Amino acid sequence: MKLLDESSENLIEIRDLKYSRGHRAIFEGLDLDIKRGEVTALMGPSGTGKTTLLRLITRQLVPQHGTIHIGGIDIATLNLAELYQLRQRFGMLFQNGALLTDLSVFENVAFPLREHTKLTNRLIRHVVLTKLHAVGLRGAADMMPSQLSGGMARRVALARAMVMDPDILIYDEPFVGLDPISMGVIVRLVRRMNDTLGITSIIVSHDVAEVSTVADCSFLISGGKVAASGSPDELRTANSELVRQFMHGMADGPVAFHYHAPDYEEQLLGRDAE
Amino acid sequence: MRDLYNNSVEFVRTFGAFQLFSLRVIRYSPLVLLSRFDLVVKQIFNTGALSLVIIMVCGLFVGGVLGLQGYSNLARFNAEDSIGVFAAFGLIKELGPVITALLFAGRAGTSLASEIGLMKATDQLSAMEMMAVNPVPRVLVPRFLGGIIAMPLLVAVFSTIGLFGTHLVAVELLSVDVGAFWQQIQITVDMHDINEGIFKSFVFGVAASMIAVWEGYNAVPTAEGVGRATTRTVVITAIAVLVFDFMITALMI
Amino acid sequence: MQQTRSVEIGTGLFVLLGMGALFFLTTQTTGGDDFSANETYLVEARFENIGSLRNRAPVAMSGVTIGRVIGIRFDPVSLEAVVQFVIDSQFNQIPDDSDASILTSGILGSQYIGLRAGGSDTYLEDGSEVLFTQSAILLENLIGKFLVNAGSKDED
Repeated sequence: MKLLDESSENLIEIRDLKYSRGHRAIFEGLDLDIKRGEVTALMGPSGTGKTTLLRLITRQLVPQHGTIHIGGIDIATLNLAELYQLRQRFGMLFQNGALLTDLSVFENVAFPLREHTKLTNRLIRHVVLTKLHAVGLRGAADMMPSQLSGGMARRVALARAMVMDPDILIYDEPFVGLDPISMGVIVRLVRRMNDTLGITSIIVSHDVAEVSTVADCSFLISGGKVAASGSPDELRTANSELVRQFMHGMADGPVAFHYHAPDYEEQLLGRDAE
Repeated sequence: MRDLYNNSVEFVRTFGAFQLFSLRVIRYSPLVLLSRFDLVVKQIFNTGALSLVIIMVCGLFVGGVLGLQGYSNLARFNAEDSIGVFAAFGLIKELGPVITALLFAGRAGTSLASEIGLMKATDQLSAMEMMAVNPVPRVLVPRFLGGIIAMPLLVAVFSTIGLFGTHLVAVELLSVDVGAFWQQIQITVDMHDINEGIFKSFVFGVAASMIAVWEGYNAVPTAEGVGRATTRTVVITAIAVLVFDFMITALMI
Repeated sequence: MQQTRSVEIGTGLFVLLGMGALFFLTTQTTGGDDFSANETYLVEARFENIGSLRNRAPVAMSGVTIGRVIGIRFDPVSLEAVVQFVIDSQFNQIPDDSDASILTSGILGSQYIGLRAGGSDTYLEDGSEVLFTQSAILLENLIGKFLVNAGSKDED
């Protein structure tokens, strides 16, 4: 696999991506580059298809138009075996951890090792405990996922995502629904994993404040395209109306407070029914 | 008119998708059976062993009812001795496989569908995909195989317990001669009849497990969607089992 | 580990129980094995009409089952039904002039072959034929006869 090919600066290149679900267009010609070894944030208002974009990058979905290259490979050309080989280089942290509910914490982290390697039980134990220690949950190894708090579940999922030593780590809304302490822990972990292990990280989030502390580069996606990009500081001082509205959380701006509706007065008077 | 057309096309599409899905599950089955039998064993426990109590209780009462009904009807012709035959044929060829399959749909089918649906709703299946583990052989096939293996055994337990239920009512309660009871059964019941029961239970096992797994895997990944999937599992399985029962009986007679 | 242990025990119990039930059904509810297991000898009998006699029907003498029907075929030459049945070898002193008739147990019960002892000094053995037979009494014929008799009485 040419994934570790160092020839280009960009690990992931997306060109002219179009994707629609039913009649609703979600992406209309999206271009996006993700640099090797950085923490890249994909931000945008709810419903702009950030999670869809992740699923496209990992080819859980296939775009109707456009290409996605990862490490120089067009992922649309891969067959299932090659795709699974590629995915072993990915680690993904789902919104709520997505731990397998019938397995213990230990077995959850061990799951990829058991499925893909023929390591001895002792070696698996060693690797799993190391990863759990890194997220501070070595003591929870024997617990079941249902006994964990939201923050702990996400840390376990992070340990699981790390266990195969991936090249790319993808975080889907890692900060949603966490208390400030857990959130701080996750933010620190994201940064530390990225810097110490030389991983490329992709974070999907609409949590502006948290993302700003951790991301090297942010993309603001709106209306099916990249509306703005740059470092968090650049985005915060940008001139665009949309960027200002999003970064500062204002109710009024290009993204209207009101969902598209018939005229208010007309509807109240019941004339729209005719 | 346009709706009718769309609905028919959608129905045919769903049906076709189900066939393709079944093929995919069946294609992985031998591999899973050989290489991951530990997963299958776990599912035999989940679908079979955990359904055992309900199967046994229901079997006992169905057998008892057959005893009572059979007695009240056969006694009019002085043929109480045939009560065993009446119950044995009913249990082995029809009631055993059919009621077991319906109970299976309610107990094991719903739990399969909701379990898989929840795994989907909580991204566990996507997480597996992302860990380069194909969820079809890892999650679906063991559950399917567990159901297929469990069903004939459950049917056998149901029929046997049912016969003892009839024995209890007929012999202990209504004082039918115990020798006549069992002798009549042995004279009349043929290996062919038992094979028919086993064949039916196998077909019902395939149908019930496949429908449960399919509904779970294709559930809308929300709490509501999972709930609907479990309901549909029971309804569709019940219809499929009764239709198959009719077809097999018609073929075998 | 405790969890997988209980799963294994539960599964084992379940499968054993299921197998046991299957074994019970195949051996205890299907008959005939009690005769095929013992030594038997084969006897034939020809009937004009066998009614609804089935394979595996019992062969009884004085009401005690001593054998079982194993084959029924039609002889195209003599235009008779040929019934083959086996008799347990321990009953080897049945006179060869005994007669066989097809009887019904109860008014709606299944049919069986009843043997009635004759007085000969030689006994039935493997391959011999029961010469004196009486066909099944068909309920329809009986009713028909009764009606005819009733009709002819009226004419008198």
